[in-house]
Amino acid sequence: MSGVEAVRQEALTDDLGSRRIEVHDLNAWFGSLQALRDVAVVAEPQAVTSIIGPSGCGKSTLIRCINRMHEEVLGARVSGKVLFDGQDIYAPDVDPVEVRRRIGMVFQRANPFPTMSVLDNAVAGLKMVGRLSRGELRRRSEQALRQAGLWDEVKDRLDEPGGKLSGGQQQRLCIARALAVEPEVLLMDEPASALDPASTLRIEELIQDLKTQFTVVLVTHNMQQAARVADWTLFMLYGQVVEFGPTRKIFTSPDDKRTEDYITGRFG
Amino acid sequence: MSGAAVATAGARAPGLSRSMSRSRRVKDRAFRASLWACGFLALLPLAFIVWYVLVKGVSALNLDFFTKEPAAPGEPGGGIVQSFVGTALIVGMAIGMAVPLGMLAAIYLSEYGRGRLASAVRFVAEILLSTPSIVAGAFIWAVVVVAMGTFSALAGAIALTVLMWPIITRATEEILRLVPQELREGALALGVPRWKTIARVVIPTAGSGIFTAIMLAVARGMGETAPILLTALGQDFLTTNPVAPADAVPLRIYNYARTPVLSQHAIAWGGAIVLLAAVLVLSITARFLANRQQRRIR
Ligand SMILES: Nc1ncnc2c1ncn2[C@@H]1O[C@H](COP(=O)(O)OP(=O)(O)OP(=O)(O)O)[C@@H](O)[C@H]1O
Ligand SMILES: [Mg+2]
Repeated sequence: MSGVEAVRQEALTDDLGSRRIEVHDLNAWFGSLQALRDVAVVAEPQAVTSIIGPSGCGKSTLIRCINRMHEEVLGARVSGKVLFDGQDIYAPDVDPVEVRRRIGMVFQRANPFPTMSVLDNAVAGLKMVGRLSRGELRRRSEQALRQAGLWDEVKDRLDEPGGKLSGGQQQRLCIARALAVEPEVLLMDEPASALDPASTLRIEELIQDLKTQFTVVLVTHNMQQAARVADWTLFMLYGQVVEFGPTRKIFTSPDDKRTEDYITGRFG
Repeated sequence: MSGAAVATAGARAPGLSRSMSRSRRVKDRAFRASLWACGFLALLPLAFIVWYVLVKGVSALNLDFFTKEPAAPGEPGGGIVQSFVGTALIVGMAIGMAVPLGMLAAIYLSEYGRGRLASAVRFVAEILLSTPSIVAGAFIWAVVVVAMGTFSALAGAIALTVLMWPIITRATEEILRLVPQELREGALALGVPRWKTIARVVIPTAGSGIFTAIMLAVARGMGETAPILLTALGQDFLTTNPVAPADAVPLRIYNYARTPVLSQHAIAWGGAIVLLAAVLVLSITARFLANRQQRRIR
């Protein structure tokens, strides 16, 4: 084990508590449209925090603000604080590239790189920034694909383009890609929205697995999914937080009438 | 029982569809025939040009044509090797300048271009795209030829760059914009810096589409006469000196077509065959790559 490897292993095992995310007074705009209003939420390490709410309520916008992807949209703006490891990621001296490397993201729509093979897709981040040998890349690729529960399905198709996989496989390939760069937090935007029940189940198992190492934030439309996998749940409406608390409480005795209505399917 | 059922079904559904489809089929056929005729008419001029140029010029194509300098007027034989070398030199240098400039401008416009500078660049490219080539030639004559004190291949290449750069810029920008935003975000979200995202994800995905843009620009530059006349002047001797006057195939065609010497007319037609063939090969390759590219991005 090289020195770098040893340090990385250590970083993995100690100090998971520092991977806490705190969002304070977050406002976000698309041009003149305000998509988030005074959002506050906390994502605890070694736990899954789910975000639920009707379509268009700002779930994607919120998680994109947590790794500074929101500002990639033309005309988008953010105000407020997102603390990661106690440090504001929107402070002027913070490099968004570094934030994104440490806070990984899986998008609502699978987006494997069409020019890269399955093998290369899984380690795309390492290939593009690092200087690892071919053998090392291969090893890391296999590791990430195994972690994402995809290895057995693709081990004979590693040289095919990533886009040739099925939708569910592509989504897991994107999860592998996010895991390979060893982030500390994983943001997942409806990772199972386009998947069949079996694939969905695998992804949920994967999330359970991942939370032992990562801080996981999960956007979902699926109430049962939130109930099954999340430790904490945030319910949003029209860009605002309605209620945030332990999943059990949100689903069994919510404080807000609107939460109850939404959970029980009375609107949304 | 079952026979009756079949008869009813046979009497109703297919009968209905047959009477509808008959008039529809006639119309459809007439329409298709007229479209076919239009397509044929559009092809006709090209076919005629190719045929005519071939008939007129094929006799000029021999080894001397490609390897010898021009013979003295009235003497048989000779070739226009200096025109081929000159065109290669001028177009080669123009590619060397226009491709990096055009690519950089296109990347700037599609990946960073949000402000006023971007609008200005886009505007300039738009204007240059519709500038008559002789104006570009006259401009380069004024600023390069006069300043250098000599006509030259280099001045010709600069004039062609002025014409080719905006073609490459606009076409490449369009192609880069076709690359889905999600792919850029996918790379950025892995902590890949923007310039690396462009170099390793955006450009490879646009891939051969960029070649298409370059080839179309080269095809355009190769056939230009007026700006070459004003900047490279022409040359009867074989030279590869970039700061000496140079010849070019279209220029040679222009000059020979205006003389009364019949052997020179034949050579001009021969030059036309070569030019036409080169432009067709470039355009067809460009089209082929563009089609393949479209299939991949979808
Ligand atoms: N690129 C954009 N430009 C302008 N407005 C946008 C953009 N993306 C989202 N919005 C708007 O911001 C608001 C929040 O959108 P967001 O994508 O965060 O919703 P969501 O909760 O993720 O919805 P869904 O469940 O459908 O994914 C919506 O009103 C939407 O119309
Ligand atoms: Mg969304």
